[in-house]
Amino acid sequence: MAEYTPKYVGTVTKYVFVESPTMTPGELALRAYEASEGVLIKETCFGLQVTGEPEAVDRLIEEIRSFDPTHIFVKDRGFPPGDPRRCRANLGGARPGYLGHEREFRILRYITRGLEELGRGEVREEEPASPARRKRSLLDIKRLQELIDTEEP
Amino acid sequence: MAKVFIYPATSLILSDLVARFGHKPLGAALGIRERIQTAGVDSPPLQITPEDPKRGLKYAAVEVPSGVRGRMAIYGPLIEEADAAIIVTEADLAFGCMGCARTDELILFSLRQSGIPILELEYPRDEEEGIRFVAAVKKFLDGLPKEESNKEGEA
Repeated sequence: MAEYTPKYVGTVTKYVFVESPTMTPGELALRAYEASEGVLIKETCFGLQVTGEPEAVDRLIEEIRSFDPTHIFVKDRGFPPGDPRRCRANLGGARPGYLGHEREFRILRYITRGLEELGRGEVREEEPASPARRKRSLLDIKRLQELIDTEEP
Repeated sequence: MAKVFIYPATSLILSDLVARFGHKPLGAALGIRERIQTAGVDSPPLQITPEDPKRGLKYAAVEVPSGVRGRMAIYGPLIEEADAAIIVTEADLAFGCMGCARTDELILFSLRQSGIPILELEYPRDEEEGIRFVAAVKKFLDGLPKEESNKEGEA
C-alpha cells in the first residue's frame, strides 16, 4: 500500500457562496484578494474557496461577510482546492457535492429574506412557528380501497 | 460558543447560520478534513482506512455493514462532541446509497437518544417560510450557552 503524505496540513478551507443582485463572484474575488493577507483564494462559478491558517481564514471570512452580509454564505470544506480526488479537472462532470450545493443555492434567497427581516427587527416576537413537523396526510385505507376498486383490469 | 451538529451534515445553509449566530457548526467537512490531513496509508478518495470501521464499532453493532460503521467513525465523534443539533427533516439532498441512508437513520437516532437540545425544521419553500426558518434557528441558537464548551469528542 502506498504511503500517504497530506498537503496543506494545519490549514482550513472554506467555501464562500455569493447569491447577490449587486455582486458577482468575480467582483467578490477581487475584493477578497485585497484583504487576503496570504490566504489562498480560488475563484469559482458560485463564489470562492479560501484556504489558509485558521485564524487568517476567520479574519478574511469576517471581512468578506461584511461586503454583503445577507447575500454571502460560508461553509467548511474538508478537501483543499484542486485536490485530485475531488477536482473535476481530473474526474470530469460535476464535482461530488456540487449538486447538494446547487439544491441549497436555489433556496438561499429565502434565507436572505429571513436575515433581512431579522436585521430590520421586523420578526414578530411571538414564538416563531417552526416550519418542521408538518404532518403529511397519510393515504386513508378507505381511499386506498377505492383506488384499487376503480383500477381498470 | 456551543458546538452544534447539523443535519444534513453537508448543509451550506445550516453551517452558515450556526457560524453567523456565533456558534461552531459540526458537519461532515470537519471529520473529512481530519482524515485528509493525517499522514498514513493512501486510501482514496476520503482516506477512510480499515481502522475506521473498527472505530465505528462504538456506534454500531458488528453485524452492521462496514460501510455504515466507517461513516459512523466520522459522524460518531462529532455527535458525542455536540452540545446541540439542528435537523432539517425530509431534506431532499440528504440521500445516497444504502450505506448513506442507513447511516443517516443512525445519526438521527443517536442525536435523539443523546438528550441534547434539538431543533427540527424543514427547508423553506417561500419567503414567509424563510423568515420563520431563520427566526427559529436564531431563537434556538440564542438559547445555547455562549462560552466555550468543554465537551470533547473521542475521535
